[in-house]
Amino acid sequence: MLAPAQTLAVPSRAGGALRAVVPWVLIVALALALPHIVPGGFGLSLLCRIGIAIVFALSFNMLLGQGGMLDFGHAVFLGLGGFLAMHGMKLADDGWWLPLPLLPVAGAAGGLLAAIAAGWIATRRAGTAFAMITLGVAEMVVAIVLLLPGVFGGEEGLSGDRSGGPPVLGWDFGTQMQAYHLIAAWALGCALLMWLYTRTPLGRLANAVRDNAERVSFLGYNPARIRWLVFMLSGLFAGVAGGLAALNDEIITSGKLGAGESSSVLLMTFIGGIGTFWGPVLGAVLVTFLAVALSTITDAWQLYSGLLFIAMVVWAPGGLSGIILAHLPLARAGRLGRVVPGYLACVPGTVLALAGTVGLAELAFRLQAVRNGASPRPVFGWTADPVSIVPWLLALALLAAGALLLRRTAPAARVAWQEASVAAAAP
Amino acid sequence: MEQAVLIVLNSLVYGLLLFMLSVGLTLIFGMMGVLNLAHASFYMLGAFLAYTISIRLGFWVALLVVPVLVGILGAVVERWGLRAVHKHGHVAELLFTFGLAFIIGEVVPLIWGRNPVPYRVPAELDFALFQIGGNSYPAYRLFMMGVAIVMFLALFLALARTRLGLVVRAALTHPDMVGMLGHDVPKVFTLVFGAGCALAGLAGVIAGNAYTTEPGMAQSLGAIVFAVVVMGGLGSIWGALVASLLIGFVQVGSISLDLTLGAALGRMGVAVPGTFTDLWSISIARVAPVLPYLLLVLVLAVRPRGLMGTRSA
Repeated sequence: MLAPAQTLAVPSRAGGALRAVVPWVLIVALALALPHIVPGGFGLSLLCRIGIAIVFALSFNMLLGQGGMLDFGHAVFLGLGGFLAMHGMKLADDGWWLPLPLLPVAGAAGGLLAAIAAGWIATRRAGTAFAMITLGVAEMVVAIVLLLPGVFGGEEGLSGDRSGGPPVLGWDFGTQMQAYHLIAAWALGCALLMWLYTRTPLGRLANAVRDNAERVSFLGYNPARIRWLVFMLSGLFAGVAGGLAALNDEIITSGKLGAGESSSVLLMTFIGGIGTFWGPVLGAVLVTFLAVALSTITDAWQLYSGLLFIAMVVWAPGGLSGIILAHLPLARAGRLGRVVPGYLACVPGTVLALAGTVGLAELAFRLQAVRNGASPRPVFGWTADPVSIVPWLLALALLAAGALLLRRTAPAARVAWQEASVAAAAP
Repeated sequence: MEQAVLIVLNSLVYGLLLFMLSVGLTLIFGMMGVLNLAHASFYMLGAFLAYTISIRLGFWVALLVVPVLVGILGAVVERWGLRAVHKHGHVAELLFTFGLAFIIGEVVPLIWGRNPVPYRVPAELDFALFQIGGNSYPAYRLFMMGVAIVMFLALFLALARTRLGLVVRAALTHPDMVGMLGHDVPKVFTLVFGAGCALAGLAGVIAGNAYTTEPGMAQSLGAIVFAVVVMGGLGSIWGALVASLLIGFVQVGSISLDLTLGAALGRMGVAVPGTFTDLWSISIARVAPVLPYLLLVLVLAVRPRGLMGTRSA
């Protein structure tokens, strides 16, 4: 089982309801405070992108983690919602009364309509067949979008002006700060709605279909119909994310529908952890930040995120949230100290292996640059000559040394964790 | 008339190429239940490796060496990666092969650059076989067909006449029973996965110089291969052959037809409406790339077992 079943926390007293509300209040406070903590326009646009990614990743996890459905074409809903919202923005520019805060509703409508159509075909099957259908549908939609330049703007896409619409409470949303507050409000609202959905009977049934669809049909429900409903909701929220993206970037192209965005959200959600509600949030924050931060210092950041993804698939399929949850019982029982030495012993091996991998990737990029005649960017201020064999051998040696060290130290760390878990679980 | 002959020849070549790619994939899925999303990436890797080896050691050395290299890589990936993920279920296996495809798609432009590489047909085969429709038909295409047919015969004989082939065919439908009879089923899986990847690599060697060799080739061919495999039936080699020839014919035929929807309506005497002008100016040739995906979706929705499949997707 890839994703553990979520536990239902039923508040048995008034204090329980308060405990459920407090985290949300804290999150709202954090959202209001963040633009003042994070400096500059760059930080603000990063926060906006993270907000959009959070909604997108949460909607994706409605399918993957909660419903057991692997969707390879989720960006279709993002893109179609974005295009519909962009048309709304252009209409608002032309004088129609369409206030900007309501445009993500158009995005939701676009995502929902697309999900109804695509879901009708896709949810008739489960598992691998479902994944392949979504792949096929996504490619079809991308091809069709490029064939209709009148509606979708062709290669350059559509662009608009978010301050062209009617002002709301004195705001025209021209500045990034105002756009941030709009995006944050929508992101929080959608996250709350998606969290409440997990507590509804449909949300629970989706988990049941994920775990044992045959049993659900014996209970009297139609698993395909449940999957279709969940697919529709997921598409709706992805459409909202698309509308927010159209609003934030003030342009939308066919690239938003494509394999790049679909892969990106899959990586984000999986790295964050599909077994919890908040895992995708963590993944969205981390991967967006890495993408923006790493892309300024290296060209190989896509490769690194892919390697991280595949490492998690093999060794930590619960994602980051899975790792955190696995250590919570230890922390509660005070046994965390037992595993720390084992983990520390793994650090040198990990660092060496990482250094070797990064070295190989960066050398390869520099070799490309040198072959094309450009001068390569130095890594951390160190320029190596990619043509000579020496740096390559050095990087390979680092990687080999790191791998060997890890092979030596990892089993001990795993045993320490297992013993600590057993001790923590003992009464 | 000559146009029709040309279409038939080209669709035979393309169809047999698709068959070379899909037979490995269908065997892997039929036996192990895992759809190798990285299959087209191994094809791409084969083409690029063949380019590098052919400019140093010649095409014929590449033809022999590259499939072996790619096969070994596939076997290593299966033994150390896929087998570890197997216990986490089908979704995890799909995610693993997806991650693998992603990584190969990043590593190839890292090593060879983002532009197409000049992987050329070898001089010995670079002549015109005959003239048709005013153009010369290259002899290399016949060579491609020949290699594909030889490969099919070799595979067929290996599966039908050897003891190992017997074990493989049994493990296709009854892996547990084969294990209980004392055969090392995980080793058989590794062998089949490696052989499938070797076939994909061979397809890359053959096709890389006839069509372009560039980092996007895995993505463009990937979905078509899945369509072929799904249509033919997961696990059936004959199904893969029929489906690849069919889809090859549909692809090549539709690209050659430059008919637009509006022109078709006009021929029937119907006036083209003023609205949705984009729609009426779409020609079949431009819709051609979409057709394999459409077939994929339809087959999966209506009959997941495909034409001759042994197990459903």
